[in-house]
Amino acid sequence: MSLNLLNEFGIAFLETAWMLTISVTLAVLIGIPLGIGLFVTSEGMFWQNKILQNISGTIINIIRSIPFVILLVVLLPLTTFILGTSMGPTAASLSLTVAGIPFYARLVENSLREIDKGVIEAAESCGASPWLIIRKVLLPESKSGLIAGLTVTIISLLSYSAMAGMIGGGGIGDLAIRFGYYRYQNEVMVMTVVFLIFLVQLIQFIGDRAAHAADKR
Amino acid sequence: MIELVNVTKTYNSVTAVDNVNLTIPKGEIFGIIGYSGAGKSTLLRCLNLLEKPTAGQVLINKKDLTALSKTEVRKERLKIGMIFQHFHLISSAKVYDNIAFSMLAAGKTKDEIQLRVPELLEMVGLADRADHYPAQLSGGQKQRVGIARALANDPTVLLCDEATSALDPNTTASILKLLKEINVSLGITIVLITHEMEVVQQICHRVAVMENGKVIEVNEAYELFADPQTPLAKQFVQTVHSLTLPERLLKARTGSIAQITFRGDSAEDSIISETISRFKVTVNILHGQISYIQDRPLGILIVEIKGNQSEIERAIEYITIRTNRLEVLADVS
Repeated sequence: MSLNLLNEFGIAFLETAWMLTISVTLAVLIGIPLGIGLFVTSEGMFWQNKILQNISGTIINIIRSIPFVILLVVLLPLTTFILGTSMGPTAASLSLTVAGIPFYARLVENSLREIDKGVIEAAESCGASPWLIIRKVLLPESKSGLIAGLTVTIISLLSYSAMAGMIGGGGIGDLAIRFGYYRYQNEVMVMTVVFLIFLVQLIQFIGDRAAHAADKR
Repeated sequence: MIELVNVTKTYNSVTAVDNVNLTIPKGEIFGIIGYSGAGKSTLLRCLNLLEKPTAGQVLINKKDLTALSKTEVRKERLKIGMIFQHFHLISSAKVYDNIAFSMLAAGKTKDEIQLRVPELLEMVGLADRADHYPAQLSGGQKQRVGIARALANDPTVLLCDEATSALDPNTTASILKLLKEINVSLGITIVLITHEMEVVQQICHRVAVMENGKVIEVNEAYELFADPQTPLAKQFVQTVHSLTLPERLLKARTGSIAQITFRGDSAEDSIISETISRFKVTVNILHGQISYIQDRPLGILIVEIKGNQSEIERAIEYITIRTNRLEVLADVS
């Protein structure tokens, strides 16, 4: 492999890492509260609220049903408005974030549903406030599921990020398309795919380990 | 003291608790017994408003919980501990933190918690388990943690939701013993629901029998065993006095078969021998058992009385007067 290509590859990796760092961080920071919100407003929970539940559920479903390629394009005006540009990895991060938040929020909601309702009931019977229950019961009890969901989210966003090339976002996936597909350099294609496989395996491995360690059941 | 006034709970069109009135004095161990689906679990949850009654009032220490706001109800719950069949401990928290949770709910400081949790662990016999996760404990130990958590804020009432139903007989006995000790040493009122008569037999002072959401009988525990008033209560009592006779015996009988219940210290032997000497009958003992309800003996004897019809009738009348309770299971044919 030429030095030049290696250099390209290094840049592409950093771009991917940058996009994932931003989008995953924001997906976690916003997705967890949103997922908790979805859960505690569901039927039978302490902040049961059908209207709020329906509205947020619908918005999440709408965003999740838009294919990422289209989301990327649809969000261009918003990206320009917020970042002043619609090009580059940071711009692509915004779309990844928008896709990642509802994705992770649903996974958070699901792992909260896994918690034995009796444990929540017991906490309520202790006279605990909703905030205390969220902090000391819901989050710790779903920790393993939250980590597993995070793993899935990171891997999904990694695969989404391949499309970021469309708006000049760069990244490993983009490299594969530009060199491997457009320039018929099959070895570049193979190399990036092998690298992505390795990366996904690694993320999954670490995620599984962490999820297992957090599970005290 | 706990008072339920016309408490009703309906879900859509299903009435789970139907117009229940109960008064449970301070310091009593009160049992609620019934088959699953009878509404006893819902009724228990009405006591700390985990279920808000559709109608009626729940008064705990003269305060009507149904009239309070959510925040005020939470405050009252600090004084009402609850334990569960499946323990419901926080699996990701150590034993120490499970108990501390309850105190955090009460707004206690870290120092207060550090002082109190070891005390509670000592009381339930788990002093060396503070750093264990629930998954590392046996069922009985988990329930002890549940009890410690429930007692952390010095409640006046302890609600037990089938607290021993998931435990083996030995562990059940030790948990019941602990509950009894707590009741005596702390003067705490205990309300428990169960479908196991052994629980009632061992610790309850009084019992309510529930069927289809209604309380159909309220009785002293001893009286419930000695003289159940409703068919359902009789059924439950029979699960403890498993005095079933072999079919062969019933077929081969020539006299009347009667079940005699002896209360307390009534001298059973002499009643039988007096009957034999007074009337021209023979009495053949087929089956017998003495159970202890709260340490008071209750004897049950199944006898076959033989003789001519009128002598048998007189003998039965005599025993009935002497013992208060005789049930003819099979008449002389």
